[in-house]
Amino acid sequence: MDNPGRFEAVIGLEVHAQLATASKIFCGCRVEFGAPPNSLTCPVCQGLPGALPVLNKRAVEFAVRLVLATGGTVNQRSVFARKNYFYPDLPKGYQISQYEAPLGIGGRLKIPSTSEDVNKVVRLKRVHLEEDAGKSLHPETGEYQTRIDLNRCGTPLIEIVTEPEIRTPREAYEYLVMLKQILQYLEICTGDMEKGHLRCDANISVKPADSSEFGTRTELKNLNSFRWVERALAYEIDRQTQTIVAGRKVEQMTLLWNEKKQIAEPMRSKEESHDYRYFPEPDLVNLVIDDVWLAKLKSNLPELPEQKAARFVKQFQIPEYDAGVLTSSRGLADYYETVMRNYTDGKTASNWVMTEIMRVLNEEKSDIESFRLKPEATAELLNLIKDGTVSGKIAKEIFAEMLATGKSASEILSAKGLTQISDSTLINEIIERVLTQDRENLKKYLSGKTQIFGHFVGAVMKETKGKANPALVNKLLKEKLDALAR
Amino acid sequence: MPISKDDILKIAALAKLELNPEELESLHHDLTKIISYIDQIRQVDTSGIVPQSQFIKAENVFRDDIVKPSLTKEQALSNAPDKDDDYFRVPRVL
Repeated sequence: MDNPGRFEAVIGLEVHAQLATASKIFCGCRVEFGAPPNSLTCPVCQGLPGALPVLNKRAVEFAVRLVLATGGTVNQRSVFARKNYFYPDLPKGYQISQYEAPLGIGGRLKIPSTSEDVNKVVRLKRVHLEEDAGKSLHPETGEYQTRIDLNRCGTPLIEIVTEPEIRTPREAYEYLVMLKQILQYLEICTGDMEKGHLRCDANISVKPADSSEFGTRTELKNLNSFRWVERALAYEIDRQTQTIVAGRKVEQMTLLWNEKKQIAEPMRSKEESHDYRYFPEPDLVNLVIDDVWLAKLKSNLPELPEQKAARFVKQFQIPEYDAGVLTSSRGLADYYETVMRNYTDGKTASNWVMTEIMRVLNEEKSDIESFRLKPEATAELLNLIKDGTVSGKIAKEIFAEMLATGKSASEILSAKGLTQISDSTLINEIIERVLTQDRENLKKYLSGKTQIFGHFVGAVMKETKGKANPALVNKLLKEKLDALAR
Repeated sequence: MPISKDDILKIAALAKLELNPEELESLHHDLTKIISYIDQIRQVDTSGIVPQSQFIKAENVFRDDIVKPSLTKEQALSNAPDKDDDYFRVPRVL
């Protein structure tokens, strides 16, 4: 090794995405976050003797959508398997998953340019269907029992496994952003990490940059947000590198990220058991996706981010950059498109969404889905600017008021008397008055001192308390003065 | 392929079972018989036969994504050896 200081990370991610079905994967119990504990179970998901699972067709179709959208191969005959492990929140003693014949193989996801790679592609290894386990509530100190809520048992998941070809924590972050985006576009997962709808584990090893042999890998868990994934990976790359540089060996183990302490802590060994003794699930028949069904699913795929961005550029005449920002999330794209159903100027609308609305979302750390101004309300405001009823400056004040009170733009407008004066008769009357009251300056102007034009504009604006449409004032004043000069 | 006592202890550990020496002895005896029966089956020539994971002819048995009533919480907890008002309770795990 010429340069033992240079190490390179090899990262693979496993993401569990909760499918947005109404009912569970093998029974009719409702899927709902935050329902009263143990209120959404039945003999099937409780694993009572004699109960048999029946596969939810929509869960299959959702999973196939992702495989198709990422360009993977749908295994037209796939098999379910039992993954055996013993834990109290898994009442059957096994999780129904897929092992040898997963639903999807291969596929790829493009991620935005990082340091040197422009549009790096992360290849997917597999996509498979499985059921979730229940939830264990571990006791506080002093209590001696763990409480179990089985509501989550049988919630449909897809596990999406990448090839180990992510190189940096940043790339891992970007990959997750893009995966969430496509899941939301496909309408198969909400992507809500706080509700656990998207969960990520990472496998990571480091190796000398000039070596083709992988080092010993560790597994990182408890990565509850994309930022945590990024930080935990950076920490673990550093730890493994230092271990190797110090001449010690990296041990294969599972670590839990501790966000408070900003370290990854080894899991106690008894929590680990990697001997799952998979075997085909005898209670389920094979899943066969024939050509007809597959073709139908393919033709029903919704518009994907890249396609939507291209359409926005064409249909709304906005720059590619704007289209990229607006389609970065399905919610934002839908918002913009609804604004445009009630408004005509694409660029003005994209400016407004990207600056005013996204600023508020950033400040409030919220997302467009929960944004309290409906797109129709935003369109109404933009139309008021467009027809000259209000100026851009006053529109911003109204916008703030709309956010604060939830009232519509026109309600605020009439309540406050903020309407911009665009009535030429009215403005002409005021011009007349201003000029009559200021004969001295009028004389100066007419004798050639035309640079005092702005003085009259100011006087008219003052008379109207700033509500006159400035462009119109300029135009009418010029006309009047020109007429007097003749 | 004989099964060793270590194999049995490992499987027992994965299932969180404790075996006393007599139980281990008796399980070893029974499992050895079962495995030797499997070994006998393995002697059948299966070359050229596609591996099967399911012997039922049916495939694609589905349900539509329709919510059906669940058990009530009281029903759900009714068989639990230990519980409180809302939860199953088990010996401390962590």
